[in-house]
Amino acid sequence: MSIAEDLNRLEEIVRKLEAEDVELDAALALFEEGVARLRAARERLGAAEVKVQTVLDEAGDLRLSDLDG
Amino acid sequence: MALSFQLTGIAPTDEVWSVSQLVSAAKRLVEGEFMPVWLRGEVVGCKAWSSGHWYFNLRDRSSQVRCCMWSRYAQTAGEPPKDGTEVFVLAKPGIYEAKGEFQLNVTRMLPTAAIGAAQRELERVKESLQRDGLFDHARKRPIPPLACTVAVVTSTDGAALHDIVTVVGKRWPCCRLVVLNARVQGGGAVGALVRALALVNRIPGIELCIVGRGGGGREDLAAFNSEAVCRALAAVRVPTISAVGHETDVSLTDLVADLRAPTPSAAAEMAVADRHEVLRRLDALGARLAGGLAGRTRLASERLVRTADRVRGAMEAALRRERHRADRLGAQLDALSPLRILDRGYAVPVDPDGRVLKRRAEFSPGAPFRLRVADGDVGARVEPS
Repeated sequence: MSIAEDLNRLEEIVRKLEAEDVELDAALALFEEGVARLRAARERLGAAEVKVQTVLDEAGDLRLSDLDG
Repeated sequence: MALSFQLTGIAPTDEVWSVSQLVSAAKRLVEGEFMPVWLRGEVVGCKAWSSGHWYFNLRDRSSQVRCCMWSRYAQTAGEPPKDGTEVFVLAKPGIYEAKGEFQLNVTRMLPTAAIGAAQRELERVKESLQRDGLFDHARKRPIPPLACTVAVVTSTDGAALHDIVTVVGKRWPCCRLVVLNARVQGGGAVGALVRALALVNRIPGIELCIVGRGGGGREDLAAFNSEAVCRALAAVRVPTISAVGHETDVSLTDLVADLRAPTPSAAAEMAVADRHEVLRRLDALGARLAGGLAGRTRLASERLVRTADRVRGAMEAALRRERHRADRLGAQLDALSPLRILDRGYAVPVDPDGRVLKRRAEFSPGAPFRLRVADGDVGARVEPS
C-alpha cells in the first residue's frame, strides 16, 4: 500500500461518511479503517532520510545496494 | 651623484619593481579580469609534445595569440589540428610568467567544420524522432503526484545526483531513489545511458524516472541529443523527466521526456511531493473523518429518539386498546354473574351447607332450605307431600 493509495482510500472513506445514507455500523467500520490509513500514511511520511540505492548488474541478475553519501 | 639621479629621474625613495613582481601583478590582473571565453580563430603551428601538451598560435586577420592546451584537455580534442584549421576554443587568458608572455590556456577545441556536421546530425535525429511521433503531446504521461520510488539515470560522480538527493531529502524523505549509474559525457556515454534506461524497466516498483546531468559545454551534452538515448528514453515504461544542463540548454531528451526540467534540482522538485503539504492534507482528512463520524452518530441518535417516540406511542395505543377490551369483557362478565340473574327475580335454593339444590331428589319432604334472592336469603321448608 503506497501513500497515494492511502490518501485515495481516505478521501473515499470521508466522502462515504459525509454522505448520509451509510449505516451506523458501516460508518464505524469506515472510521476505523480511516484512522488506520491515517496512521499508516503518517508513519510512512515520518521517514528520517531519503534512501539512495544503486543497481548492480551481476551477470544479468539485478541487485540493489545502498549508496553512501 | 645627486646630479646623475636628477638625470635618470629616479630618487632613492622611489620603489623599484622586480620583473617578476610586475609580471606576477599583470598576471593577477589579466586572470582576475577574464572568465573562460569562446574564441573563433585559425590554428597555426600546432606542436604536440610527447607529454601530450599542445602549443599553437590562434590567429585572425589582424592578431594572433599564443595558446597552450594541457594533455588532459588535448586528449579530448582528437588529432592535433593542421595549419589553417578553423576552430572554436574555450580558453582562459593568462600570463606565462617565465616568459612574461600573454597566452591562452585552452580547455576545449572544436573544429568549426565538426560543429557544422554535429548541427546537421542534430537536425537529422530531431526530424527522425519527430516523424515517429516521439515529441507528440499526446504521448506525454502525467507525473504521479506522490511517487515514492524514483529511478535516477545519471553519473554517480556528477553534481546532478547530489542536487537531486538533496532536494528529495528535504521535500520527500520517505522516497527511495534508485540510481542507475551511467557516463553522461565523452566516449561510451550513449551506450551507458541506453543500457541504464533499459534497466529501469527491469526494476520492480519504479514509479518515475529522472534522466539528466549538470551543466556543461555543448559537446558534453551531446549524448542527450543522440537518437539511441532518445529512443531508449521513449521506451521507459514509467513517466520520465529530463533534466540536462543549465536552464538555457535544451536537449532532444527534454523533448522526448514526459516533462522537461531546467536543472536536476528542478527535476527533483517536480518529481516528488512536499511532505508538509501532504501532512496538512492528512490533517484535513483526519478532521473530516472525525466530523463525518460525529455527524453520522448524531443522525443515528436522532433517529433512535424518533424511533423511541414511535414505540412509546404504539405501546400507549396498545395499552388503551387492551384497557377497552378489559372493560368490555368486565361488562360481559358482570352480565353473566348469578347475582345479576337474581336481580331479574330469580331465586336460588341452597341447603344449610350452602350447596345449590338443583334437582327434585335433593328436596326431602319437610327439610329446611334457604332461598337466595337479590338482596339476601330467606328461610324455606319443603312441603310434606
